[in-house]
Amino acid sequence: MTNTSSSPPSQSSFNIHRFANPRTFLRFASKIQSWVTISAIIFLVIGVIWGLCFSPADWQQGDSVRIMYIHVPMAILASGGYFALAACALCSLIWKHPLADLAAGEIGPIGAVITALCLITGSLWGKPMWGTWWVWDARLTSVLVLFFLYLGHITLLHAFDNQQKGYKAAAILALVGVFDLPIIKFSVNWWHTLHQPSTFSIIHAPAMSLSMIWPLIFCFMGFALGFIALVCMQLRAAILERQVRHFLLNE
Amino acid sequence: MTHLPYLIAAYGITVLSLGILSFHSWTRLKRVQKKLIQIQNNQQP
Repeated sequence: MTNTSSSPPSQSSFNIHRFANPRTFLRFASKIQSWVTISAIIFLVIGVIWGLCFSPADWQQGDSVRIMYIHVPMAILASGGYFALAACALCSLIWKHPLADLAAGEIGPIGAVITALCLITGSLWGKPMWGTWWVWDARLTSVLVLFFLYLGHITLLHAFDNQQKGYKAAAILALVGVFDLPIIKFSVNWWHTLHQPSTFSIIHAPAMSLSMIWPLIFCFMGFALGFIALVCMQLRAAILERQVRHFLLNE
Repeated sequence: MTHLPYLIAAYGITVLSLGILSFHSWTRLKRVQKKLIQIQNNQQP
């Protein structure tokens, strides 16, 4: 049935598909960029100072518990970033949208750095607490697999002469790798691990003092907004680089 | 504070890595914006 209405569709209503247009995305991203970056810095400064100077030390772990304020946000963002990467891969495979390919290509390296930081800070926390830098424990190993998935995605993107083939292969790997996310989340429940079980749960009260939870929330908000700001900045650069290539080829 | 070196290392590596990543992103964006303006200026009659 054809739409016979003469009035154009409402522009004021929120439509997520508008942002799939690179020009609209560029306008939107350049508008929010500075606000997201400034908010990230404010959250991070408050969270880190609160966590390092004013939150209490743990009665068992002492001051090394303060590594939590960077390790936990990194761990959540490593999985969250991969989920975003897989969502972009899905959009790329179903709708073949070039912005989804570009977004996946920019999330990959940032996610890999975040996952590497999660592993490094975890190792630096593990050494004084467990007496070892590394154990082949289910949680640690599944996060290491996530890191390799990120690296695999980056490698596949650049492995083909035909860029479209690279995008497709990387998107398939990203979707296959999603199966690692529930393994990371539930590994501490499914297997006996040296890594502690989840402190936060939907049905139980958090097993942590409020004086530690608040700086952790501030740090998480700061790192999450910083992640969004970085992805926006890289994606804007990638879109503009594509425009530059287009101009140069048409000359 | 026997755990201080681990704490300093964890925060130091994080700040350094994210600082380098942010600086790289910023310079990449500025470089391409500059190049685009240059191309657009050259195309104007």
